[in-house]
Amino acid sequence: MKTDNQPPQTQAHEAALPSSAGKRMWVKWVLIGIAIAYLSLILLVPALNVFYQAFHKGIGPFLENLTSRSFLNAVRLTLLIAAIVVPINTVFGLCAAWAIARHQFPGRTLLLSIIDLPFAISPVIAGMMIVLLYGRSGWFGPLLQANDWRIVFSLPAMVIATAFVTLPFVAREVIPVLEEAGVDQEEAARILGANEWQVFWRVSLPNIRWGLLYGVILTNARAMGEFGAVAVVSGNIIGKTQTLPLFVEEAYKQYHTEAAYSAAVLLACLAVITIILKEILERKTKIKEVEE
Amino acid sequence: MAPSTLPTVRSEARSLWHRLVHLSLPWKVTWAYLTIMLFLPAIALIFRAASVGPVEFWRIATSPIALSAYEVSFVTALITAAINGVFGTLVAWVLVRYTFPGKRFFEAVVDLPFALPTAVAGLTLATVYSTNGWIGELFAPFGIRIAFTRLGVAVAMLFISLPFVVRTLQPVLQEMEKDIEEAAWSLGASGLQTFLRVLLPPLIPPILTGVALGFSRSVGEYGSIVIVAGNMPYKDLIAPVLIFQRLEQFDYAGAAVIGTVMLSISLLMLLVINLLQAWGRRYED
Repeated sequence: MKTDNQPPQTQAHEAALPSSAGKRMWVKWVLIGIAIAYLSLILLVPALNVFYQAFHKGIGPFLENLTSRSFLNAVRLTLLIAAIVVPINTVFGLCAAWAIARHQFPGRTLLLSIIDLPFAISPVIAGMMIVLLYGRSGWFGPLLQANDWRIVFSLPAMVIATAFVTLPFVAREVIPVLEEAGVDQEEAARILGANEWQVFWRVSLPNIRWGLLYGVILTNARAMGEFGAVAVVSGNIIGKTQTLPLFVEEAYKQYHTEAAYSAAVLLACLAVITIILKEILERKTKIKEVEE
Repeated sequence: MAPSTLPTVRSEARSLWHRLVHLSLPWKVTWAYLTIMLFLPAIALIFRAASVGPVEFWRIATSPIALSAYEVSFVTALITAAINGVFGTLVAWVLVRYTFPGKRFFEAVVDLPFALPTAVAGLTLATVYSTNGWIGELFAPFGIRIAFTRLGVAVAMLFISLPFVVRTLQPVLQEMEKDIEEAAWSLGASGLQTFLRVLLPPLIPPILTGVALGFSRSVGEYGSIVIVAGNMPYKDLIAPVLIFQRLEQFDYAGAAVIGTVMLSISLLMLLVINLLQAWGRRYED
């Protein structure tokens, strides 16, 4: 049954075994059907519902909800927290990635696991740790009270909680790219007389930029969306310590479902943008691999 | 004391100090940040939990409401992680091996639980799976209520843990040689035999790793579950919500004890995951 223009392997296979090939096609489409049905049921329909609920009465009520004072305060606070946390965790992530990827030392795997810990710890427990440390009856409580500094139930604790849950992202994304880039170029730069800063800015950073950007995007998405840890430390004081995710929950609990969905759709847009950027960055790094 | 010993001790101390001071900047930042952000808070939690004494610790940790909350958290997380072990494997297989219209779209959909804030997930799941929601109304005629029951907890856990299995499995499936599978076929193995004897064995470590990661995430999840569940004690109250309620009542000792139990189990899970990954690496060579 061989033809002159040799078909690809699988087709040859199918041609040799027509009945089982037909069965294989049948299995293929059943499996695809089940996969799509499951993804739709669990992920896609709930995600589409966010947009439907926000807009099914038209854009008017949606815009109206967006102008309420408590909503605007929540947006401002969410942006502020992300603006503080993302740079801090980027610097930490770069330092930790450099320390781990550029050195061999005993306990290296352990340090990697330690950096991953915030992903394994429940956000509620993370928030509780911060309360136990900085709260009124916490370790630093007396010291803070003596100086009239407020951390828990105000912005600083929310920043710390957010920084805790987003701590691993940058390091995790940068370590593999830093390891893959190798040290040759950095050493060449040093031999040619570059100082450490120049090596970092001119050699290392360009090599790791996409991995770093990916880590920063993930940090930002989680920072803006974190709920559990922030809920524990914030006290959820409307207009003062209410972030956008806390606003969503509060509005829902108060039966302001439309307001909840108006805020939720903004966060869903953030998620969509994050996923699109992720796809773009993944393709970029893949193309680079092919070139090399 | 001989006059020469003092300077040696001093110089040794000085050299240790010297090494600490001369750690490069990234090392200093890493350790300082980890100490402030991670070690200190963890120690504060454990000390607070230990401060109640062993008898009281045991009493709180094994109180009926705590035991029921662990049961809801762990059993539901285990069942949903297992379900996602099956369906996640299927989804990964379909995404790696087949081409079909809309494949790239569904590929991206898998990432939704990583990107969508948990409060939004909880909100929309509560709507869609309520008795008059898009999916909930399909189950309502059979007397099955999903949102605000333990099934709601399960749906939220299915949502957040699905990507872990898919994303852990995909790279392994991609690297798997099609030759072996085709060799099995041409030697006369049936489709099922090929799957069970040839394809599945090297996939078991990554599947279990994904299941363990999903389980670990589900056990700790708070945001989506608190919204989609009814949070009724002894029914669908999960451990993180119980901790939150204790904190709201300013029962810090109670919260710290239950939190320490949960933290220990999370650390144990992390160890299991590392062992599973080490096991999976054996297949790579």
